Amino acid sequence: MNVLSTKRTSNKVRAAAIIVVILVAVAGTYAYLTMSNQGTQAIVVSTTSIYETNIKTSARKHLIVSTTTSFYETGFLDVVKAAFESRYPDINVSFISQGTGLAIQTAMRGDADMILVHDPPSELKFLQEGYGVNRKVVAYNFFVIVGPADDPARIKGLDPLDAMRQIKIRGDDGHASWISRGDGSGTHSKEKRLWTAAGYNATVLRNEAWYYEAGAGMTATLKMANEKSAYTITDLGSYLMNYDKGNMKLVVLVQGGYDLLNVYSAIACDPRNKFTNKANFEADMKFLSFLASDEGQALFDSYGKEKYGQSLFKPCVKLLKTGTNSTEASWIKKYAIDPFGGSECPPQYRYEAGDLYMMASMPVTTMRLETPIRT
Amino acid sequence: MTLEVLLEGFIQALRLIVTGDPAVLEVTLRSIYVSVLSTVLATTWSLPIALVMGLKSFPGKGILKSIFQGLLGIPTVALGLFFYLLLSRSGPLGVFHLLYTVNGMAIGQSALVTPIIVSFTTNAIEATDVELRDLARTLGAPETRVALTVARESISGITLSIVAAFNRAFAELGVVMMIGGNIYHITRVLTTAIALETAMGEIAFSIALAIILLLIVLSITFLVNALRRSR
Repeated sequence: MNVLSTKRTSNKVRAAAIIVVILVAVAGTYAYLTMSNQGTQAIVVSTTSIYETNIKTSARKHLIVSTTTSFYETGFLDVVKAAFESRYPDINVSFISQGTGLAIQTAMRGDADMILVHDPPSELKFLQEGYGVNRKVVAYNFFVIVGPADDPARIKGLDPLDAMRQIKIRGDDGHASWISRGDGSGTHSKEKRLWTAAGYNATVLRNEAWYYEAGAGMTATLKMANEKSAYTITDLGSYLMNYDKGNMKLVVLVQGGYDLLNVYSAIACDPRNKFTNKANFEADMKFLSFLASDEGQALFDSYGKEKYGQSLFKPCVKLLKTGTNSTEASWIKKYAIDPFGGSECPPQYRYEAGDLYMMASMPVTTMRLETPIRT
Repeated sequence: MTLEVLLEGFIQALRLIVTGDPAVLEVTLRSIYVSVLSTVLATTWSLPIALVMGLKSFPGKGILKSIFQGLLGIPTVALGLFFYLLLSRSGPLGVFHLLYTVNGMAIGQSALVTPIIVSFTTNAIEATDVELRDLARTLGAPETRVALTVARESISGITLSIVAAFNRAFAELGVVMMIGGNIYHITRVLTTAIALETAMGEIAFSIALAIILLLIVLSITFLVNALRRSR
């Protein structure tokens, strides 16, 4: 009996060994793939080439940008990544998609090198608390209020604040409902500010029966609004993308106007902060300049034009520089620049900004004054 | 509508598998790499713990066993958050730069699957014939020899616990999302890709990825069972 059982177990040991070998083989394949992915053309078995490979891989900077879900989910950042990396082959840029609130926290902990967000009040806080430098306003678009086509609250064509009041009234009657992102994202902050402007307190509203807090990303929230035939606020890009994919039947009911403006800014992490990855500051600035450059701005302009008939994000560097008379430029100024003291990034929050602020936004004369003498 | 999406997902899964789609292959291999690494790591410390717990009796053993069994149900996001703070640049292990890397993900997952291996293996060892241990001891075998004999006898249970650990690691989302950050080309794995594609509204593609994930988990389990039975 003893002999038998030993034989059986040793066979099992062999079986286990086979499995381990299989798994290790697969893992090895993966390691091989990753290596070949990181900029090496072919893996030649010779010490010199392996040495060169290591140099190449380690020399490549790895830039981490924490950004908003609405920005990321549209797929636009893949285009930016490809264009940027073809320009700067020594930099690998990665995006972590989070709500603006969490994205800023990630950067504050030193886990991201820069942020790409859309919530001016928290951006200002980020600068004031000494975490960020060199803010650049790069693009804008508009939020829209969407809802079921039969529009039970009759908000179609109303002014945004009136529309929200109407939804609240019809919600109390049990005829309408509202889905809030509820995740501390830039869109969520915007929504809360709109409720405040309309005369309500969002923290009180969240307890009401017609007000649902999704605690989810934009697409998930839109799908929930669709299922419940509810109203919600969304950036136009996320709406167009989901509508185009046939994920929902909600229609745009309220759009345009200062109240629904949405402005995106990029901010580098201050290299003087103790948690920041100092080595990446240079790459940070390259990415910032790239977004503000003609090439980067053209990417904003063209993305989505073909598919949706309009750009999902409108470039605004040139608009702020030259079109100061246009309504939209004055809105952007009022919304995302005036609260910062009249400059998209006041001098005390600039650090080795190079020519970032030369390229745009300020008339030549004031620009000189605003460039700090010593950085 | 729902049925159509499911069907479309199935067809797409088949297409992706047959054509060997490079993007899907990449996330799949990365998933396997992270899960294998975490399972191997966890095994190295879990087996000795389980052997001691299964063979020895010491004060507090019951409590320790309960703790490991309780940790079987730890929420993956909670564990992910814990490791996120630990590995963060501002955290105690920040100097190792493991956040947003596959190895960091494997470390987090190894903590996740440790209770699985410890609990299941301890049970398997305790289930072995007590007489076998006594026999080995009376024959004058040293304690390490006894442990080895018992481990051999319960190899089936140990294999099962390791496979369960691998499957859990392979299919979990919370830890890899928190520690890996779902970065394209670097830390994106099957589960985080499913979450992202769903967020991006690509429902059919998400279903396709989910089917691929299930197929891998099932085929590994079948393979292991077949080997256990045939030998």
